Amino acid sequence: MLGLNKKDTLLFWIVAALALLAPFILNPFPEGSSLAQMFNAGYPDLMQRFVIFGILVIGFNILFGLTGYLSFGHAAFLGIGSYSAVWMFKLVGMNVIPAILLAMIVSGVFALLIGYISLRRSGIYFSILTLAIAQMCYNLAYSVLGNPSSNFNLTNGETGLQLSLDDARILGESVTAEGALPVTNFFGLAMRSSYQMDVGGWLFTFNAGYYLSAIIMLVSFYVSIRIFRSPFGLMLRAVKSNQQRMNYTGLNTRPYILAAFVISGIYAGLAGGLLSSMDPLAGAERMHWTASGEIVIMAILGGVGTLIGPVLGAGFNEYFKNILSKINDNVLHDWLGFLPDGFENLLVGFLHYFVGKGWHLTLGIMFMLVIIFLPGGLVQGGQRIARLFRRKKNSDETQQTPAE
Amino acid sequence: MSKSNFTRRGMLKTSALAGAGVALPTIFTASSAAAYMNEPKGGSVTLGFNVPQTGAYADEGADELRAYELAVEHLNGGGDGGMMNTFSSKALQGNGILGKKVEYVTGDTQTKSDAARASAKSMIEKDGAIMITGGSSSGVAVAVQGLCQEAGIIFMAGLTHSNDTTGKDKKANGFRHFFNAYMSAAALAPVLKNRYGADRKAYHLTADYTWGWTQEESIAAATEEMGWETVNKVRTPLAATDFSSYIAPVLNSGADVLVLNHYGGNMVNSLTNAVQFGLREKMVNGKQFEIVVPLYSRLMARGAGENVKGILGSTNWHWSLTDEASQAFVKSFGEKFGFPPSQAAHTCYVQTLLYADACERAGTFNPCGIGEALEGFEFDGLGNGPTLYRAGDHQCFKDVLVVKGKENPTSEFDLLEVVEITPRAQVEYPVDHPMFAGGALGACNAG
Amino acid sequence: MDAIILQILNGLDKGSAYALIALGLTLIFGTLGVVNFAHGALFMIGAFCAVTLNKLLSLSYMVEDPTRTDFLGKPLQVATPYVHGWFGEATGEALIDWSVPLAILFSIPVMIAVGFIMERGLIKHFYKRPHADQILVTFGLAIVLQELIKSFYGANPIPTPAPEVFRGSFDFGVMLGFDPNAIIYPYWRMVYFAFSALIIGAVFAFLRFTTFGMVVRAGMADRETVGLLGINIDKRFTIMFGLAAAVAGVAGVMYAPINSPNYHMGMDFLVLSFVVVVVGGMGSLPGAVLAGFMLGILEAFASMNQVKAIIPGIDQIIIYLIAIIIILTRPRGLMGKKGVMEE
Repeated sequence: MLGLNKKDTLLFWIVAALALLAPFILNPFPEGSSLAQMFNAGYPDLMQRFVIFGILVIGFNILFGLTGYLSFGHAAFLGIGSYSAVWMFKLVGMNVIPAILLAMIVSGVFALLIGYISLRRSGIYFSILTLAIAQMCYNLAYSVLGNPSSNFNLTNGETGLQLSLDDARILGESVTAEGALPVTNFFGLAMRSSYQMDVGGWLFTFNAGYYLSAIIMLVSFYVSIRIFRSPFGLMLRAVKSNQQRMNYTGLNTRPYILAAFVISGIYAGLAGGLLSSMDPLAGAERMHWTASGEIVIMAILGGVGTLIGPVLGAGFNEYFKNILSKINDNVLHDWLGFLPDGFENLLVGFLHYFVGKGWHLTLGIMFMLVIIFLPGGLVQGGQRIARLFRRKKNSDETQQTPAE
Repeated sequence: MSKSNFTRRGMLKTSALAGAGVALPTIFTASSAAAYMNEPKGGSVTLGFNVPQTGAYADEGADELRAYELAVEHLNGGGDGGMMNTFSSKALQGNGILGKKVEYVTGDTQTKSDAARASAKSMIEKDGAIMITGGSSSGVAVAVQGLCQEAGIIFMAGLTHSNDTTGKDKKANGFRHFFNAYMSAAALAPVLKNRYGADRKAYHLTADYTWGWTQEESIAAATEEMGWETVNKVRTPLAATDFSSYIAPVLNSGADVLVLNHYGGNMVNSLTNAVQFGLREKMVNGKQFEIVVPLYSRLMARGAGENVKGILGSTNWHWSLTDEASQAFVKSFGEKFGFPPSQAAHTCYVQTLLYADACERAGTFNPCGIGEALEGFEFDGLGNGPTLYRAGDHQCFKDVLVVKGKENPTSEFDLLEVVEITPRAQVEYPVDHPMFAGGALGACNAG
Repeated sequence: MDAIILQILNGLDKGSAYALIALGLTLIFGTLGVVNFAHGALFMIGAFCAVTLNKLLSLSYMVEDPTRTDFLGKPLQVATPYVHGWFGEATGEALIDWSVPLAILFSIPVMIAVGFIMERGLIKHFYKRPHADQILVTFGLAIVLQELIKSFYGANPIPTPAPEVFRGSFDFGVMLGFDPNAIIYPYWRMVYFAFSALIIGAVFAFLRFTTFGMVVRAGMADRETVGLLGINIDKRFTIMFGLAAAVAGVAGVMYAPINSPNYHMGMDFLVLSFVVVVVGGMGSLPGAVLAGFMLGILEAFASMNQVKAIIPGIDQIIIYLIAIIIILTRPRGLMGKKGVMEE
């Protein structure tokens, strides 16, 4: 279908089903139960993050997974995309499509420029170049380019660029009739509007912004499959396996790598534009080197170079980040209330270090475990489990054979 | 230990709409059946405590969280009642808010405006929080305040000192009890003049971000008005850890006072470095060289150790205050946790009580009703003397403390001593003061 | 002129911290071929060795003072360190006062142990894995280590003062014929500079003049051949890792009085030290030291008011800007070897 082979078509439909049915899948527990309190993730903001970071990591995987070039400054494009989109909202109109297009164009231009400079070197020298450029962007955005009292306030510094009541838009009003800020919309459909559905004890939320992001994610996923399977993708893989040999054949590889860099930069810009469309505020922290590190982490967690890995990695990371940081001692007591008091307090005292303010620690440990035991990321984990079942099935069959 | 679950939203739905597959069009997930965003309909009401739990301000966030826990306990009738007994408004009964039990959810701002907004959104969308409060940085406060305005939720700011929070970025749904840079400057300037004279030359080192800029502007304006000269204003990168190259040229610049517009880790390091360079032992222009830290945080001052001794600054509140309210708060906090509360804990506790009290007086959880109840509210008995929540910009006006690093501390908490309590009249300013101009409250939003 | 001399002093001081961290990083990379993102965490643990010793020495028993009251109105508990009781007040106070230099002795065995455990327990299994995996697993380790420190010591910085005699500053200006107060510099920072010069010299001498060092250098150049000669290079590499950890640790101990240690100081230094190593050229020890001092001095100059007046905000980006220029003009940093980490 659509030029995909059978296996890829299946993969695509699996991802599509996951994305479109997410409001059901992510709310497995009935509303009001204590498990729902913490583990349900089917609320608009988190669902949007799942797919938007999915797009970001899919794009990063096109560069890192195919060519092996490890960019440590990819978050810069996310930030640039976010700022461009918010400026579009401030100056032109609240429709998200022009904002997202501008975000893609601006980050594409930056990617071309940064890629042209950084790709003059390879290996760790390339990584440090991208890191250095991204950190420069972050530092400038945080302070020098963001002083509200100067005439040139591009980023609004620490607070982040946001809408204000005196924005003069070319299309649309500055202030709504009720005196509020206008909301981002897709030709009139507000991004934050939702339908809620009650089924028994369950409550499912279908958010317009989420579905727009999900559809864009599916398109990006499709494009990424096509790139992976194209001659261009093959060329990039060849660069990864042995660039020198490619050069000896008289082929100039750099335009290909640069193209991959720009594509993945545009993906990041798209993700940034979408983030701003869902919530029109762009903060400089999006460009910090730890944010870039997080992109790498998501890619490796999921499985580098695989098609579905980036989506899994992004989902895994965002989910645990949001859930763990919200658990406090009160919640722990709530869960463990069935235990004897002394034991309960002991256990809560112990778990206390791993949730709430300790969520970094838990995430760090989980992350180390994945790297140590699953070098291929979650995808490899899935394959291992699948193989385990298959082997079991096979051995069942072999046992059965003599009996026949 | 038994604690009921938080989600009243679901309990309500299951009882009213059990089994019915009803689709409701909503904005920001506020059910259209509700009169306003996240209207509590069960027997409890959920507040969202959004504080830094990771990053450089994690300890401050932890102290804020303790204060919130204490406030919730008191509101629900537990403990000794703390400042509820001294509060001039007697609307609070100790039976929750409007008869509903107070529950809370927590989140991590990470002191990043992005993360803080995401965390606040999760509280609003998922947990049905009716009010968001907390934070330890002005960037975060402004960002979350904007979100609450759009969502139709009340925001009770935690520790935020920038003029912008109730200045150009003020919002109808946002309220600040903490003082601001202008007030620090207005309170500090006369004391500086008394102690160091009117003929001084000041050198500013300023953290290069929003809060630093507004504080530098405020302090420079106030000190220049009383005759000081500002020799130089130097911006330092937020990420800087070693300030030696910024401090080394100070002595040779002709300045005889160093003003450190730094907070948190920046303040600890720049102050430590300045003392290392021996600035305080020097004589310049025939006068003793002095250092000023306009905004003190006791928690952070601890990191600078002995270096804070004798250094002047300002603070919103300090546990050594002897009024009845402060004493009551220190007692109930100290007995529960074993150490005295910080100014961050104080402002967060007070904000929670003020919010609950406004609900009681308004008779509703509707943000617009609460806003009206808070606007122009005059109260006393919360540790800062008679206080006004001004209607024009949602800023509290109250006395400001000028403090000094203590020479002979008796414990690790006993670092600051109150030099002067600057009366409220002295730190007041008109709503349209140029340092606060450029924004508008807008209309209140109930979602 | 005096301003320039002052910033050169600052630059040397900053540079010595960068150089020390970069040196350890390069030792590990050059010998083991591992990119260690947890190196900043080792520096941080070193600083916390100083904090711990200071806390241990000031461990106190409580004496009730009925004449004064604490914040709850109860009689004040006055802390008296045990060492006062054991060694007498004067000696006890001196011990606490000198806790930072003493912590060097305390930190070396601790850091070597930490290094051994890290190498044997984790790093060893990553020799044959891609560099990206090494970076990520050590990055994960760095997060875990710093969070552990945070759960013990909290997030706020902890003051760890230098001994009384080293507080205050020295007036160079008078010595060089400038006005008084023109060039002053704190004693402890001079101690730090001298100390790092000593450590750097010792590491170089160790690699240059001992048989052990010779074998390690040979191993750095060609690991396989040395292995074929029947030398147990793995064991030596473990020792090298412990040594590198100790270098990072003592650098951290000595840094504690300059800036009060906090749990994220390792991450603050991490990116910087990587930039230093790469600018110096991957795997080159002299390159790392040279780049450390160079970037330190340039950073100090960039923060001068005169320079900032010409290019506003230059001090925010100078390190990265220099790194970009150097990597673009010199393909393998200042003194890097061909083919190292370029694939």
